[in-house]
Amino acid sequence: MTVTSRFRTTWTSTAAALVGAALLIMMAAAPQQVRAELTIQVTKGVGSAIPVAVVPFAKSGDLPAGDDVSTIIRNDLEMTGEFNPLDPERMLSLPSSSDDVFFRDWRLLGQRYLLVGRVEREGDQVRARYELFDINSERRLLGETANTSVDNIRTLAHHISDKVYEALTGEPGVFSTRLAYVTLDAHEGKPRYRLQISDVDGRRARVRLESDEPILSPTWSPDGRRLAYVSFESGKPQIFTHELATGERSVVASYPGLNSAPDWSPDGRSLLVTLSRSGNAEIYKLDLASRALTRLTDHWAIDTEGEWHPNGKGLAFTSDRSGGPQIYIKDTEDAAPRRVTFGSRYNARPRFSPDGRYIYYVHQRDGAFHIARTELASGDEQVLTRSRLDESPSVAPNGRMLIYATEQDGNSVLRVISTNGDAAYTLPAARGDVGDPAWSPILR
Amino acid sequence: MNTMMKNSAFALVLSLGLVAGCSTTGEEPLTDEEMSAVDQDGGASVYGGTDDGGISADELRERDRRQADSAATGDDAALRRITTFYFDFDTAEIKPEARDVLAAHARYLANNPDVNVRLEGHTDERGTKEYNLALGERRANAVQRFLVVNGADRSQIETVSYGEEKPAAMGSGESAWAQNRRVELIFR
Repeated sequence: MTVTSRFRTTWTSTAAALVGAALLIMMAAAPQQVRAELTIQVTKGVGSAIPVAVVPFAKSGDLPAGDDVSTIIRNDLEMTGEFNPLDPERMLSLPSSSDDVFFRDWRLLGQRYLLVGRVEREGDQVRARYELFDINSERRLLGETANTSVDNIRTLAHHISDKVYEALTGEPGVFSTRLAYVTLDAHEGKPRYRLQISDVDGRRARVRLESDEPILSPTWSPDGRRLAYVSFESGKPQIFTHELATGERSVVASYPGLNSAPDWSPDGRSLLVTLSRSGNAEIYKLDLASRALTRLTDHWAIDTEGEWHPNGKGLAFTSDRSGGPQIYIKDTEDAAPRRVTFGSRYNARPRFSPDGRYIYYVHQRDGAFHIARTELASGDEQVLTRSRLDESPSVAPNGRMLIYATEQDGNSVLRVISTNGDAAYTLPAARGDVGDPAWSPILR
Repeated sequence: MNTMMKNSAFALVLSLGLVAGCSTTGEEPLTDEEMSAVDQDGGASVYGGTDDGGISADELRERDRRQADSAATGDDAALRRITTFYFDFDTAEIKPEARDVLAAHARYLANNPDVNVRLEGHTDERGTKEYNLALGERRANAVQRFLVVNGADRSQIETVSYGEEKPAAMGSGESAWAQNRRVELIFR
C-alpha cells in the first residue's frame, strides 16, 4: 500500500506548512451528520438476565417516525446482558400508566419489572411520562417525566434507560454516554481515517476529523467536552486536543520522535503522554495550561500506554523492561514501578476499572490476543474474551461494560462485553474497519 | 504485497550474482586488451603460466581495486534497490541478510551528503497500537544507528513510526504479518 500524504512535510515542519495542514483538516473536520456507520449485532445473551417488560409507550401528537422510545429502551437494557426484555407480542395487555396495570398478567409471563409510559408532542418538545414497577411487591419504583426537543427522541429514550438501570441495579446507566472511535476505509484511492463520535448503540455517528493519515488513541476529558488524540496529518505523530462543541484544536505535543498514548488526568489539567524525545519511549505528564513536562518513567526499555489511576495520584503503564511488554503500576508519580501482570509474556495497554479494583489489558495466550483483567488486591487474572486479535480495551464509566476492538470476517470491529464476561454485542463499521474505541465519561 | 515479494526475490538473485561474479574474476583468462590497459597504467610485467593468472601481485591488487570500485558502484546501486527490511515479532534486531544492503545505503548517504532518507518503522497488527508505535520506532532507530555507524550523517536521517497503522500486506496470518514488520527507507 503506497500512501501519499496530503500533508507530507519535512521533519522540521515549517509553521506555514502546519498552518496549511490545519486549515485543510478543519474544513474536513466541520461536524457533519452522517448515516449511522455502526450497526448493532447482539451476539450473545445470558440465561441469568432479569426479565423486564417494557410496554410500548402510548403516543399522542405528531411524533417523528423511526425512533420509538420504548424500542430504544428495550434495546438498551438488552445490550447490557443484565436484562432480558419481553417481546411486546407476548404481552397480554398494553398499559400506559399505573391505572391500567394488572400485576397478575405480568406475573403470569414470569416478569420481574414493568416499565410503562406515554410520549406526547407539545409544540417542538416531546414529553415522556413513565413509571417503573416491581411486579412481585407491586411497588412503584419510579414515576417521572422528562422532555426534550422533538429531534432528540433518542436522547430522551437513553435518559429513561439510565434512570431505569440505576433504579434496578444501584449503578448509574451509561446509555447516554458516547463512544469515540476511528474508522478506516478507502476513498478515492486513498485511505480515509475518520474520528467519529456516536451513541453507545452506534447510532447518531458524527465525523469530527478526517484525514488520509492515521488518527489514533482518542481519549476523553473528564468533563466529556474535549478529546485528545494522535494524528499523523503533518506526516509525523502529534497530540491534539479538540474542543467538541467548537471544533477548535490545539497541538499540545509535537516533539521529535513519538508523541502518543494520551490519557486525560481525572482533574482535567494534564495529559499522560508517551514521548521519545530523550531517545526512547518514556511517559510524561504534560500540563495543559503551561505545557510543562514532568518525566514519570526513566528506563532504556519502551514505557508507554500510561493511564491515570482513577484517584489521579498513580498510574499504570506498559513496559518491556522485563523482556516483553508487561503492566506496571506507580502508586504515586514518584513511586517505584511495580509489575502487576505475570500470566503470559505479552500484557499491555492497561485500563483501570472506575473503582480502581481491576486492571484490564491486552493479554497474549497461545498466540492469540485477548482482553483480560487482574484484580489488583488478589492478583487473580481472568481472560474475558475468546476472539484472537483483541485490542484497545476501554471501560464504561459505571464499570459494568467494556468496549474493545477485535476482528470479525476480516475486518476490525468494536465489541462490547459485560465485565462479568456474560454478554456481548458487536458494532461493525458499514464499510472498512473501526477501531480505537474510547468510552466517554458520564456526561452531565 | 507483490512489490515486496519481487524485492525479496530480487535480493536473492542479486546475492547469487555477486557470488558468481567474485568466483569468476580470478579464473578467467585476461584478454589482451585488459592486460595492455594494465600495462599502460602501471607499467607492469606479465608472466605466463603462474598461479595468479599471469599478472604480477602489484597488477593484481590494482586490478582488484578497480574492479572492486566498479563493483561497489554498480552493485551498491543494485543493492540499494532494496529499501525494505524485515523484523521478527516484538524485536528490533536487524537481520544478518540485511546488513550488506544497509551498508550500501550508508555508503551512498556518506558519498551524497545532500541526500536525505526517511525511515518508516512498522509492526504487524498483533498487540496494542501504542506499544506497536514504540516498537516501530525502535526498529527505525535500529536502522538509523546502523546507517550512522556505517558512515551516514545523523542529520541526513529522519525516523517516523506508524506502528501497525500502515500494513504493507492485508490479512491476518504469518505471511502477511512477516511483510508488515518492517522498516522502509524513503529517499528524498
